[in-house]
Amino acid sequence: MSTKSHSLVMLRRNSKHIARNPTSVFNAVLMPIVIMLMFVYMFGDAFEVGVDYIDYATPGLMLLAVCYGLGSTATAVNSDMTKGIINRFKVMDVSRGAVLTGHVVASVLTNLVAIAALIGVAFLLGFNPAASLLDWLGVVGMIVLLGFAAGWLTVALGLSAKSPETAGLAAVPLVMLPFFSSAIVPAEKMGPGLREFAQYQPFTPIIETLRGFLDGTPSAGDVIPALAWCVGIALVGYLWARSTFKKRA
Amino acid sequence: MTNSAIAVSGLRKAYKDKVVLDGIDFEVRAGTVFSLLGPNGAGKTTTVNVLTTLMKADGGTVRVAGHDAATEAKAIRAAIGVTGQFAAVDELLTGQENLQLMVDLSRVPAKDGQRVVTDLLERFELTESAGKPASTYSGGMRRKLDLAMTLVGNPRIIFLDEPTTGLDPRSRHTMWSIIRGLVADGVTIFLTTQYLEEADQLADRVAVLDQGRLVAQGTPDELKRQIPGTHIRLRFTTVAELDAAARVLTDATPDPEALTLRVPGDGGTKSLRALLDRLDEHSLSAEECSVHTPDLDDVFLALTGHTTEAAK
Repeated sequence: MSTKSHSLVMLRRNSKHIARNPTSVFNAVLMPIVIMLMFVYMFGDAFEVGVDYIDYATPGLMLLAVCYGLGSTATAVNSDMTKGIINRFKVMDVSRGAVLTGHVVASVLTNLVAIAALIGVAFLLGFNPAASLLDWLGVVGMIVLLGFAAGWLTVALGLSAKSPETAGLAAVPLVMLPFFSSAIVPAEKMGPGLREFAQYQPFTPIIETLRGFLDGTPSAGDVIPALAWCVGIALVGYLWARSTFKKRA
Repeated sequence: MTNSAIAVSGLRKAYKDKVVLDGIDFEVRAGTVFSLLGPNGAGKTTTVNVLTTLMKADGGTVRVAGHDAATEAKAIRAAIGVTGQFAAVDELLTGQENLQLMVDLSRVPAKDGQRVVTDLLERFELTESAGKPASTYSGGMRRKLDLAMTLVGNPRIIFLDEPTTGLDPRSRHTMWSIIRGLVADGVTIFLTTQYLEEADQLADRVAVLDQGRLVAQGTPDELKRQIPGTHIRLRFTTVAELDAAARVLTDATPDPEALTLRVPGDGGTKSLRALLDRLDEHSLSAEECSVHTPDLDDVFLALTGHTTEAAK
């Protein structure tokens, strides 16, 4: 059997998991929407961002939506590891990549569903992007790339963690990181120290890239670092996941 | 070579500087049940992990189904089935879906898949619960599903790592009869257990593993012969009574903690009557009297100097 068909079997399995686990759906799809409503209605007027707050915040919340999906991916990977399911697959000679690829692809698909829902709600709240069709493709491309990068890193975290609980916790920094970026408020408005951190952390160029595409004004100065970060994170995550998968029995 | 399903020699494995397997040798003939017996932490699961290609040995040679574990792991994986220590079933999938997953991942032709799944569900009496998620299954049902999943693809060598740990006595007996059924089909079984009775019940050969070394191997009967024979156990209510009895029965071994006295004897009515008469003569009476035939627990004590409990 080829890697490809094994990956499809795994993807089907992971999709069933997501569909049957309401908590993970809540976390991945509803939580970002709840946060969006909260920021737009409760805090939005308090922030001076120069444009409609919904237009400012949507790109950042898209990234947040990617991150919220990660916790359940980490937990799912870890429970496969600790419950012996991965060992079972290993002994069956299931292609090494298939188990992990299945998790990553399922994670990316969850991200896309969550973001589609989020954008739908954003439009209801008056979101008014200036993006052309090409820009939208850029948005989707950026999200998928980010999803893959974060997905591989999360799979590695999930494989390394001792228990599903710690795996869930390990993903928390990824969920928190968007708050310390330009997702919610511009980095210039933050205090010293935090401002520098927000400016140079990987999520900021990614958010600015999304923002650029949605405004119809993508800038290479954001896109290039964003791509570089994603490729770097994906590579680290992939290599780490692969070596942990091999070692841990 | 043709007759040996598993051949292990000089197997060594260490985690960092902790030696887990310190050079073990054994051979399992095709179509037999081999049981690796030992307390928690003896190295049983590590042995299974190395034999099933999940881990690489640090030293020694391992051949399974005629293939070298160091170089032909893939060929071994095609020949074996493994049921790990914890029922590795997918809890969010139903019993039927779990089996279908195994079919999809195995070499079973797609057209036979449905039949294989139905047959296994029936054989393991899981047909009724086939449509329910495995998370709703009892411990015994999970183990059965786990084993059924292992049997997809019809492996000729099956590894069972503590297949009955945590099961109630009834489920344990069900599991035993399933294992006996497999043996009747000619499958070779490598079984680890910490239950001496289990090895005694199922195994053709038993190897006793203690702290990474094999301290004995042979048939259950051979092992039983290595230890003191049948004895009679008398239990008293007070230490004073125990002491008094120990003074009368000089060849007996007292155990002050358990208030018992171990008297050598063959368990026949004649020697038993003689013993009871002697107690009567001295106006002694035991609260309980039992004839104890040696089991593997005694073997373990005799071989390692500690009981299985003490090693935990």
